[in-house]
Amino acid sequence: MTATVPTTTLDAVALRSQFLILSQTHNGFPITYLDSAASSQKPQAVIDAIRDYYERDNANVHRGVYSLSERATDAFEHARASVARFLGVADSSQIIFTRNTSESINIVAQSWGRSFLRPGDIIVTTVMEHHSNIVPWQIVARETGARLEYIGVTDNGYLKLDDLDRHLASGRVRLVACCHVSNMTGTINPIDQIIARAHDAGALALVDGAQAAPHFPVDLTTLDPDFYALSGHKMCAPMGIGVLYGRRELLESMPPFLTGGSMIRQVGLHESTWAPLPDKFEAGTPDVAGAIGLGAACDYLQQIGLDAIHAHEAALTTYAWQQLSSMPNLTTYGPPPVDRGGVIAFNLAGIHPHDVGSILDQDAVCVRAGHHCTQPLHARFGISASTRASFYLYNTEEDVDRLIRAIRTTLRVFGKAV
Amino acid sequence: MAALYTPTILDHCANPRNFGTLDPYSVSHEDENSLCGDRIRVDLRISGDAIDAIRFSGTGCAISIAASSILSEIVDGRHLSDIATLTADDLLAELGITLTSSRLACALLGLNVIHAAIASHSRHLVTVA
Repeated sequence: MTATVPTTTLDAVALRSQFLILSQTHNGFPITYLDSAASSQKPQAVIDAIRDYYERDNANVHRGVYSLSERATDAFEHARASVARFLGVADSSQIIFTRNTSESINIVAQSWGRSFLRPGDIIVTTVMEHHSNIVPWQIVARETGARLEYIGVTDNGYLKLDDLDRHLASGRVRLVACCHVSNMTGTINPIDQIIARAHDAGALALVDGAQAAPHFPVDLTTLDPDFYALSGHKMCAPMGIGVLYGRRELLESMPPFLTGGSMIRQVGLHESTWAPLPDKFEAGTPDVAGAIGLGAACDYLQQIGLDAIHAHEAALTTYAWQQLSSMPNLTTYGPPPVDRGGVIAFNLAGIHPHDVGSILDQDAVCVRAGHHCTQPLHARFGISASTRASFYLYNTEEDVDRLIRAIRTTLRVFGKAV
Repeated sequence: MAALYTPTILDHCANPRNFGTLDPYSVSHEDENSLCGDRIRVDLRISGDAIDAIRFSGTGCAISIAASSILSEIVDGRHLSDIATLTADDLLAELGITLTSSRLACALLGLNVIHAAIASHSRHLVTVA
């Protein structure tokens, strides 16, 4: 089928040149990186910001009165302000730096969960969640006597909101944990509705924004979740830095997660008091360089424009989808492009995703093969693994063409019709 | 075409030798690669101290199925002590392909399952009549 690429305002070819890593070749082919859902590449501006910090401004933060340390502290807090601005948050003390989305969710599960969950309370999550938004709740449910319930997924990869309503009607739901965008089906969930329904029933809402915040505008003041988690490395920032946003009163009511340095006000022999937000949740020396990288990434993405990035990915996803969904021996999972982000998981009939990934690698096409940390979602579709291609601002129409060609090669290797 | 997917590998994947189950079996063992969902089960009928019959079943990538198929032909009729000393390198030499570290686990799954089956047999686990 001839698929047409709608024009976008993003000059992906020009942007691509800012990512040195994408200029490499493999087996004589230019690299086609289609695994940004696993981790994104970093533009020179972010790499420069980190290098500049270490060459010019590095010292421990919040510690010294000498100029270098004050510059480090200013740079660190400036990065926090960039992240707050990126997320539409007025008070940057509600932006807690963590290691990644997994750590952010673990903080809420352990710090909020263990203090406030009672036996018989219900936590609601969904079958499409990444393991990071399932396992911490399993653990804290077991620890507190709370019960974990699920929102199911339709055959087309939409959440069954009736399940949510049914659970909320019990009056025992204390928190609803849900992804903004699925890292497997790509489903963009109606998170505003889910948050509203949770709040109406007196429950909190935690949103896993790892696959959303990098790709389209997210305004937490409008969205109004109680907690929002994201990973820097999925949005052009380094690995090792993430964010937990929380409502001020909630964070203030929660005990600290990790304790020790930086997060205290006073330490006695047998008792200590806690520092105010955000320090209360940032024990020990932070990943200052990582935070600065994240701040630079936020500025970089906002300069390009998250609307433009989203439109660009939507165009590529549509172009890819039109071709993939017309191939006879290929099954895609999840909704049509209008309701999904730039993630497409698929299977080739009778060919294991690992084999697909290996053959695609021969042509320098980088995709992910496996369960993508979504074993329950794969079980829902009756599969153990899938192949996943994902798009970001530096991908082009040519990347999609190479993906399709390599998929056809794979089908031919195994003697299947293309 | 990928250097991994030689005609031999593709043949053993499409037409795996000794594919199925045994009833009765002397010992059966199953394991998986949780990273990718490859799952291999091996049923052995042991007579004296040699493999009298072998069947393997399961699902997995072409490398894991082909490697298990090739391995099943190697071990059929062999003494248990010979098989216990069969190494990963021996199997990889038989496969004749160069594997990256991420695909090694696929190729070795069947070997690990056979070794575990033989080990559990020697621990005198319950036999199925």
